[in-house]
Amino acid sequence: MNWLTMHMIKSPAHNARTLLINAVRFPETLPQLTLTDWDLLLRIARSKRLLGRLHADLSRLELLESIPTAAAAQLQAAHNLVHHRHTVLTWELDRIIWALKEIKVPIIALKGTAYVIAKLPNSAGRFFADLDILVPISRIAEVEQKLTERGWLKTQLSPYDDRYYRLWMHEIPPLRHRERESEIDIHHALLPRTSRYGTKLDTMMLFSESYLIKNSQVRVLGAQDMVLHALVHLLLEGDPNEGLRLRDLIDIADLLCHFGSTPKFWKGLLLRAQQLQLERILYYGLRYSQRLLAVQIPNSVLQSLTQSAPKLPIRWLMDWLMPLALLPEHPDYPKQMAMFARWLLYLRAHWLRMPFLLLMRHLTYKSWLRMRRTQRHVEIKPQDLQQL
Amino acid sequence: MNVSDLTLLELRQRLTTVGLCFGCGPFRIRLRTPVAPIAELLHDLYAHYPVYSELGIDDYRVKLDWASWSRRWIRPIVRFTADGPAPFTDVPVLRALPTLEWGTNWCIATRAHHFLMLHAAVVERNGCGLILPALPGHGKSTLCAALTHSNWRLFSDEFGLVRPEDAMLIPLPRLISLKNQSIDVIRAFAPSAHLSPSFYGTHKGTVAHVRPPLNSIVRMNEPVKPSLIIFPRWQSGALLNLESIPKDRAFMLLATNAFNYEVLGELAFNAVAKIVQNCDSYSLVYSDLTQAVQAIDELAHNAHD
Repeated sequence: MNWLTMHMIKSPAHNARTLLINAVRFPETLPQLTLTDWDLLLRIARSKRLLGRLHADLSRLELLESIPTAAAAQLQAAHNLVHHRHTVLTWELDRIIWALKEIKVPIIALKGTAYVIAKLPNSAGRFFADLDILVPISRIAEVEQKLTERGWLKTQLSPYDDRYYRLWMHEIPPLRHRERESEIDIHHALLPRTSRYGTKLDTMMLFSESYLIKNSQVRVLGAQDMVLHALVHLLLEGDPNEGLRLRDLIDIADLLCHFGSTPKFWKGLLLRAQQLQLERILYYGLRYSQRLLAVQIPNSVLQSLTQSAPKLPIRWLMDWLMPLALLPEHPDYPKQMAMFARWLLYLRAHWLRMPFLLLMRHLTYKSWLRMRRTQRHVEIKPQDLQQL
Repeated sequence: MNVSDLTLLELRQRLTTVGLCFGCGPFRIRLRTPVAPIAELLHDLYAHYPVYSELGIDDYRVKLDWASWSRRWIRPIVRFTADGPAPFTDVPVLRALPTLEWGTNWCIATRAHHFLMLHAAVVERNGCGLILPALPGHGKSTLCAALTHSNWRLFSDEFGLVRPEDAMLIPLPRLISLKNQSIDVIRAFAPSAHLSPSFYGTHKGTVAHVRPPLNSIVRMNEPVKPSLIIFPRWQSGALLNLESIPKDRAFMLLATNAFNYEVLGELAFNAVAKIVQNCDSYSLVYSDLTQAVQAIDELAHNAHD
């Protein structure tokens, strides 16, 4: 083994990411960890909001008794919190259905909420803060009106930000109930209106593939659309500090494993990506699910996606940036390079979010605000206070 | 080995390198700080806490750091962090200790959801677990400090930790934080109490910390069954008034007083129900601390019989 490989294997970052990825992929090996490993794993899993997930895996394998008590206690605390979030958000959804009963609008639950009500495997132990729903764009004003009549409040935004949402985004400014604290995001599309990717599709196309959850009045996206939405969420909605969220990639991996056993799934996925013009996104998503989480993807699928691959230098760049931004670092040895990668990918997400001139206009306005030292509104949500 | 077994130099060395790993109730806390003046205070106030090996699973990793290089020298300010972004604004170094205490409390309050956390002081005597739930400013810490120095064992002045599985009270003997007039009240009531210097101008006024007695830390792994709930309220000039509270009301008062009742949901409901079933509940209005302690002693004595 040469010096470089030795160095990489021994590096703290390598150790940290191996610990977490192995914990997610092979939870049955967790009882073999040493106390020091557990200590590090818990720190990383907390920062990536994956403690609930570890609890769910160990509980399913009946291994909670076989790990150190101190670790089990922290996982139990995370589990209790996640369970609470699930209860709160399921109730919020119930209230939304109640509020919108009269106007008979079809509602699709998205992301975390959808995984929970559809009882998908990745919902177990998954922490989520907000509730996301999708309604047809033609009904959105009506929905907002009804919800505000029934006790939800609009977020106080500057006129510019409000316009930003309504004109360019795929959702309206979030609403919050005046007694309950949960925030709800109401979408009318999966991608911003200004986005470079995706068709300016009619949401009705998503509705026709969606299906109704048993004993509920809420729908969830069809399998293919659900995967594509998770990919869009991972690759096109960045956060400069947190970077790309590993838990989003884990969602995708879980969904692929779950739906992948259905024979027609993969063919449908390719077709749907084509219809929605999301082939590049699908290419990246499958590539990194396979590379980082070893998801089994049929060769034929990968083959037919090669034509959607970016040019070689871009591919190299993405192959270098994605693991850096997605995988955990050692909390005691943060790397400048990882921060840079996150920032670049954040820039990329913004670049793809709107046309160049519009982006320039947006950034100029925002930096002008900053120069005027306008205090940005900083909000502390109760769920932030209860963070894992 | 306890913190007092370390020399000040050894303590400083730990604080600036791997951190001081110490036990407080069920938690293992790792504290790191390059802020030299605080080491002496910690050596004194944390004296009885057991020191743990540096290898182990930390519940909380707390750090008190200089806010910036320049602000170390000019009007020095410190920043509290707990393995993440700073939850509070930076404070002058003179108020470092109260900030460290609040910060650690914040960590516990936001994370320890494997326990039901009552906003209550808890003490024990002869196997009688006494819960003193109260709103801030109702004299809960003062009464707790007084009882702690009148033969009661300190569990906590702030967090009544309840194990949801069996509704047992778990000790968490952190420093008792006294505010404003209470500092002199306790100095007068219990001359043996070991108090920190007063810290002026915090967001809660003047603050001083009482070191938990050795006995309460030695026995910090012994839980107790709750037997008595007293809702105390200090009122200037009031005559001592002790009133029994019916169980249904006690349930509501205790449930709404907990930090994380909603988070634990059904677990919390069952735990509070069990506590209320096993306990007699009273409200106590008082102005004289000696009288209050005496009344509580009598109640506990009767409850025990």
